[in-house]
Amino acid sequence: MKNQSTRNNIDWMVVTLYIILVAMGWLNIYSASLPLEETSIFDLSQIYGKQLLFILISIPLIIVILSIDGKFFEKFSSIIFIVALLSLAGLFVFGKEIKGQTNWYSFGSFSLQPAEFAKFATALALSKYMGNVQVNLSIPKFQYQALGIIFLPVMLIAPHDPGSALIFSSLTLVLYREGLPAWYLWTGFIAIIVFICSLLFEPLYIVLAALVITILLYFRSRPMNRNIVLSSIVFVLVTAFTFSVDYVFESVFQQHHRDRFNILLGKEVDMKGIGYNINQSKIAVGSGGWTGKGFLEGTQTKGGFVPEQHTDYIFTTVGEEWGFAGSIVVIALFIALILRILYLAERQKTKFSRVYGYCVASILFIHFFINTAMVLGLFPTVGVPLPMFSYGGSGLLSFTILIFIFVKMDANKVNEW
Amino acid sequence: MRKVLLPTIIIVSALLILARLFYLQIVDESLKLKSDNNAIKINYEYPERGYIYDRNDKLIVANQPSYDIMVTPKDVKNIDTLELCKLLNITKVDFLRIVEKARVYSPRLPSVFLPQLNKREYAAFQEKQRKFQGFEIVKRSLRDYQTHAGSNIFGFITQVNDKIIQDNSYYRSGDLIGRQGVEQEYENVLRGVKGVKYRQRDKFNKDIGSYKEGKFDTIAVQGEDIKLTIDIALQEYGEELMLNKRGGIVAIEPSTGEILALVTAPSYDPSTLVGRERSRNYTKLYNDSIAKPLFDRALLGEFPPGSPFKILTGLVALQEGVIDEQTTFYCNHGFSYGRGRFMRCHGSGPHQLLNGISQSCNTYFAQAFMKTIDKYKSPSAAVDIWSNHIKSFGLGAFMGYDLPTGKRGLIPSSKIYERIYPNGGWRSTTIISNSIGQGEVLMTPIQLANMMAAVANEGHYFTPHIVKKIKDHSIDKKFTTKHQTTVDKHYFKPVIEGLFAVYNGGTANSLRIEGIDICGKTGTAENYSKINGKRTQLTDHSIFVAFAPKDNPKIAIAVLVENGYYGARNAGPIASLMIEKYLKGTISRKDLEVKIYSNDLQKEYAKYISGQPFGINGR
Repeated sequence: MKNQSTRNNIDWMVVTLYIILVAMGWLNIYSASLPLEETSIFDLSQIYGKQLLFILISIPLIIVILSIDGKFFEKFSSIIFIVALLSLAGLFVFGKEIKGQTNWYSFGSFSLQPAEFAKFATALALSKYMGNVQVNLSIPKFQYQALGIIFLPVMLIAPHDPGSALIFSSLTLVLYREGLPAWYLWTGFIAIIVFICSLLFEPLYIVLAALVITILLYFRSRPMNRNIVLSSIVFVLVTAFTFSVDYVFESVFQQHHRDRFNILLGKEVDMKGIGYNINQSKIAVGSGGWTGKGFLEGTQTKGGFVPEQHTDYIFTTVGEEWGFAGSIVVIALFIALILRILYLAERQKTKFSRVYGYCVASILFIHFFINTAMVLGLFPTVGVPLPMFSYGGSGLLSFTILIFIFVKMDANKVNEW
Repeated sequence: MRKVLLPTIIIVSALLILARLFYLQIVDESLKLKSDNNAIKINYEYPERGYIYDRNDKLIVANQPSYDIMVTPKDVKNIDTLELCKLLNITKVDFLRIVEKARVYSPRLPSVFLPQLNKREYAAFQEKQRKFQGFEIVKRSLRDYQTHAGSNIFGFITQVNDKIIQDNSYYRSGDLIGRQGVEQEYENVLRGVKGVKYRQRDKFNKDIGSYKEGKFDTIAVQGEDIKLTIDIALQEYGEELMLNKRGGIVAIEPSTGEILALVTAPSYDPSTLVGRERSRNYTKLYNDSIAKPLFDRALLGEFPPGSPFKILTGLVALQEGVIDEQTTFYCNHGFSYGRGRFMRCHGSGPHQLLNGISQSCNTYFAQAFMKTIDKYKSPSAAVDIWSNHIKSFGLGAFMGYDLPTGKRGLIPSSKIYERIYPNGGWRSTTIISNSIGQGEVLMTPIQLANMMAAVANEGHYFTPHIVKKIKDHSIDKKFTTKHQTTVDKHYFKPVIEGLFAVYNGGTANSLRIEGIDICGKTGTAENYSKINGKRTQLTDHSIFVAFAPKDNPKIAIAVLVENGYYGARNAGPIASLMIEKYLKGTISRKDLEVKIYSNDLQKEYAKYISGQPFGINGR
């Protein structure tokens, strides 16, 4: 009876977009990982075979999520969050190192990436916290607590996986929707600008520019709004930040981090070494032209020139084999999915499910944007997968859980009321 | 307001990504090229070059395999340079220089690293090839000559230079191309078309199959065999006869214009320009600025034709109606003309056309020439009419034969004299030397031979050509088109009788061959050279033109021996021997042959560069 109502209320648009993206993703993984010799598509020794297995596993997973009582996730969100945090902390002790990153737990032949699952756990925890009627983000105490929920997992992930850490930071946007003061975002925004500038220019120029801008802003604003102390503090902070970026970049960052930024800023030209990835990635996408080289016809893809093509660089296969036309379609599908979830989120009756919907949209968006920007050479190389497309069981399953918990919530909204 | 921020960011970001995609996929063309460079390797398959046969289907130019080591600088990785150098017997400096040069040409295209390995080097390298990434062996074919003669006809094949690669997209570094001779003229026929195979590579440079199922691949097209008009036995014989002499022999079949022999002397064995020694040998030949073995005298040597030109003087005079067979001119060891000038002649007495020719009387032809010019009021108009008659024998212009080099020769027209004498005042006597082939006229040996072919045909000729057949195709139509001279057929009869008399009591009486009726004409051309800046007369060029047999001629020939003295001394015997060789296949006049073989002119040539005073014409 309950299932019946759930099925009727399911937002089939989200489900359809999800299915199309997963299918397209698998086709591209198939192309990117197809070996020269004949194989079956169910060959589990092949990457595409494994991914097909993960896709099949996600079907019962979806059914389970849709069958569980709608209240379950709200009730258990704290526990799920704590389990996720513990599993992240456990990486420091039991983690298995794969490709220089200690992001995995290994169980025999298959490994698990807890950071992926921490995403929906954090989203649930944040939603649960925000769902509390007492929480008011105009009060600093609640601001700190909410930000704490976000940055707790960041602290645990950042040391070995800066990409995933970035993902969590995007949840700040959700808090803004719920009333977080704008200056948080401004601070973040200015910090990013200053950060990029301080990598590009000498610190002294940035400090001078900041001084000029501060003075201009001070005298442009209405006299009653002028606050000499605040202006001075902002200027001092910018100056300090500038020099600390310089320090962090040179002293705290490891060489491969520095390289990634340098490539992006056009400072490195070594296309054999560190620049190889991004160069080959751009070549693959760029050689696609209007309509691409055709399915399984990508020479960059076949030749395996793009490293990690089936995972973080899967979009290069789209670009090369499906061309500009195919890329537009994929981008449009992603944007449609994200905006649809946002639209549904605004429609939610409870604050809990609205915040959760926002979290889902933010997480999907930040993955999509950072991944494509990275593939197209607009963003430094960070390990951020393209949702539903990139190869990986942990990733696919966690995105499936993330999305379908929201589908369930959305379908339940009538009953809850 | 707060609801709008996230959707706005999402849409702006999506547009940013789309703009970037548009830039990379549509605007930036370079990425497509880079992609091809990455993943597609072009393998060429070289077809075997066409064989060359002589007119009797004797194989004269075949092929032998040759192996080049090619280097693709981009792919050279982790190799033991020292081992490679040792294996190929080169120095490390050489190695670096060659690889650097290849890199400048193209880092991703193969360049020749070491050309034309011998069998031992090839075997040694092939065994260890897998150790040297970026190096590969390409098999090509080099020429394998079945004769020591004909180098000037064949030309040679060589690696393309940078300019050719730039100008012609067919050729890649290391490709071979025909230079000079038939190899150059028929390059496209002989070389065939190389096959192209596009192979896909992975990042390890490993071949992972054909590109697009071989949609763009092409199969190599075999080079086509060529059959020359040359009789290689005659060619070889001609080159032997010309040993230790300088000059040329051209033999043409009058009924077709087919070149039977094209001899230049000195010459060289064509196989000296094969293989890795080619470059050094070529330089040696090139630097011989005195004997000029690379200078094809048969095609490029412009000489005053001397007495054989009298044939044309006579024919034009007949055509113009200023003389007939009975016209008699008196010769008293020459004759006076103009203001106290005198043209010497070796004989004397009254001459008609027949013995004018057979005795090669200067007086006779000088007078006939004067009559021809003086027929018209204006010497300019007269010279142009005369000049057009002469040119109708294929003279004074490129002949249009199928070899890449040639000279126009010179048949003067009124323009030339108007330039020399801008104030006028020139007339027939001024230009009278032309009547006996001295003056301004210049001809190449092949033009002389062609003139004889036209005479043998009694008024027409076919453009001389060197290729008889290309596999199954017929030859260019221009070689089967009859060119009519402006002299009517019946005027040739008396002249031919005169040429026959040359061999029968005339200047070539001693050169008769039993059983063959030869018509010929001796020539002795005065010539000058600048020695130490001073115009110095050298020993006369020995010239002879002939055709045989008299009825239904099979061969027309011109022989020129530089500084060979009078016509019957060197050129005449050679022409007779060549005719006998071609018509009979054997030589009955062994005495003549011995005389020619032993006639070494090197001493004569040495005199001119010795710096010492010297006598000429046997003195």
